[in-house]
Amino acid sequence: MRMTYREAMRTALREALTADPRVFLMGEDVGRYGGAYAVSKGLLEQFGPERVRDTPLSESAFVGAGIGAAVGGMRPIVEVMTVNFSLLALDQVVNTAATLRHMSGGQFGVPLVVRMATGAGRQVAAQHSHSLEGWYAHVPGIKVVAPATAHDARWMLPAALREPDPVFIFEHAMLYPEEGEVGDTPGPLPLFRAAIRRPGRDLTLIAHGGSVGKALIAAERLAREGVEAEVVDLRSLRPLDDATILESVRRCHRAVVIDEGWRTGSLAAEIASRIGEAAFFDLDAPVARVCTAEVPIPYPKHLEDAALPQPDGICAAARGVLKPTPGVTV
Amino acid sequence: MATREATLAPLTPPSPPGLDADTARAWLGKMLLIRRFEEKAAELYSAGKIRGFLHLSIGEEAVSVAAIGALTEQDNIVSTYREHGHALVRGLPPGAVMAELFGKANGASRGRGGSMHIFDAKRRFYGGNAIVAGGLPFAVGLALADRLQGRDAITACFFGDGAVAEGEFHESLNLASLWQVPVLFLCENNYYAMGTALERHQAETDISVKGTAYRMPSAAVDGMDVVATAAAVRQAVAQVRTSGGPFLLECRTYRFRAHSMYDPELYRSKEEVDQWKLRDPITLFRGRIERDSLLAGAELEQLDREARETTDRAVAFAEAGEWEPVADLLKDVYAREQPCA
Repeated sequence: MRMTYREAMRTALREALTADPRVFLMGEDVGRYGGAYAVSKGLLEQFGPERVRDTPLSESAFVGAGIGAAVGGMRPIVEVMTVNFSLLALDQVVNTAATLRHMSGGQFGVPLVVRMATGAGRQVAAQHSHSLEGWYAHVPGIKVVAPATAHDARWMLPAALREPDPVFIFEHAMLYPEEGEVGDTPGPLPLFRAAIRRPGRDLTLIAHGGSVGKALIAAERLAREGVEAEVVDLRSLRPLDDATILESVRRCHRAVVIDEGWRTGSLAAEIASRIGEAAFFDLDAPVARVCTAEVPIPYPKHLEDAALPQPDGICAAARGVLKPTPGVTV
Repeated sequence: MATREATLAPLTPPSPPGLDADTARAWLGKMLLIRRFEEKAAELYSAGKIRGFLHLSIGEEAVSVAAIGALTEQDNIVSTYREHGHALVRGLPPGAVMAELFGKANGASRGRGGSMHIFDAKRRFYGGNAIVAGGLPFAVGLALADRLQGRDAITACFFGDGAVAEGEFHESLNLASLWQVPVLFLCENNYYAMGTALERHQAETDISVKGTAYRMPSAAVDGMDVVATAAAVRQAVAQVRTSGGPFLLECRTYRFRAHSMYDPELYRSKEEVDQWKLRDPITLFRGRIERDSLLAGAELEQLDREARETTDRAVAFAEAGEWEPVADLLKDVYAREQPCA
């Protein structure tokens, strides 16, 4: 059935709260306000203030409390309003959630789900627009997923709640009003596998979250030029599904990685590096990257658009890798 | 250089009626165990058997004994990086604690954590957190989980005076009070945040009054006096159990040793330390025991001997332990192997 990404996530939350008494939702304005992005609208009325819990603006305390509650036997879902605000809780994430199991010799796991909005595109400037999910993906001990479709918004949450370890769900803020087809069941794809959203043969476009749609638009344009681009939606940023990425690249021989994070030290750098390490001799051109310009995201629309990966830039990068490389016989 | 006097009154109050020979034996025995255990740990550090950071609580034993003694097996303990005493009083086998200091696989955390990260799920000992104030939000979450599941338990959360400067302290006190969850916030105020004296890091040096801003009942107690501290903790624990809400108890104490083994102690005078040593919690309690004829002199000697023997056995256990095989390096980063790397 068709629904928006926002409705899909709300459906998932409602189901989780209904199915498991250990599940509760907490975060900034998730209750009476209905969620900063209206994801949790109506849930307070349905489940009450113990299970849909408004928190003070104390990111470190309520993320930390989520960790403690998870260790204490609950299945908390913590919503942080945006990834920029989540930095105030980074201590709890990196120093406790990610370390506890290993540091305690396997005695304590943290079955916690943290959701937050990420990404730019709404002209909310340099403190509400960043895509820092790549930073989280750097940290062993946590898992990081980025639903790019309404179907994944619906079905990644229940899968994340079944995980015995902390799972971070990054929801691109521009996707909430997007409508998509949502299946009645999760489908065959496990939580940590990438998906081929558009099959192709000439090059692989690798993207996640809000960039997947842009990659698909670019692929359609390239098709009109006679180029068949394959679009891989990473879905999981940690662990990365190397098998799917490499299989596609080995088949298409060229790759462009699209990432709304900054280029330097980015997730795109990690993916390009893995391709270089594992599929170098299958490549017909160096791996290209389309990332956000290395500036804090500016407020005016024309500058924000210019800072972010866009279909035009993806097409240009694709044409770049498709150019015959001197000395290489195709 | 900061100079500080041991300003709290010398021990004069009469012993409470509840203080009998068995209690005296138990408390003194535990304080002596912490003291001898940590003295030995310092020695082994110098010998290279223990590495990394080693934070000793020598001088602060009364707080560990009094605070943990007031808890039940159902209660949770969230500790700090100065937690050997907490672990020993909670009943972790001394051998497992020492082996953890050695980094051996028979340590409490399989040797993964070392001195600062001692855990024991069975005893609800949620470990040494080495991020100052990092354990406070966690404690609020544990207490919330207990309340939501209808468990009749409280969470005791230790932290030092240094933690009071962290945002997580204020966020957590507010949250615990706002949500009325059963946390006993136990401040071990040893007057130094590493090397920065309390009056150099706090505008208000009376930590107990900080509870007021969060509508949290609070008290302060002489943490060198195990009898007074035990009474204060008992009262605080009773209030947390009855009200279901939090309590802030400040235990004023002093560490006789350096912050860690790396600390040259340039920030305080020997005279200041010596003055506090006059109020050594073990000496004070022994004095009370002798004054009130609670235990015979021979028994006091026996307790000290037992503490030394227990420590020796703990060292032997640690020495005999194996190193975790390097093949297990990546074990327990996740519950299961990552589905795809």
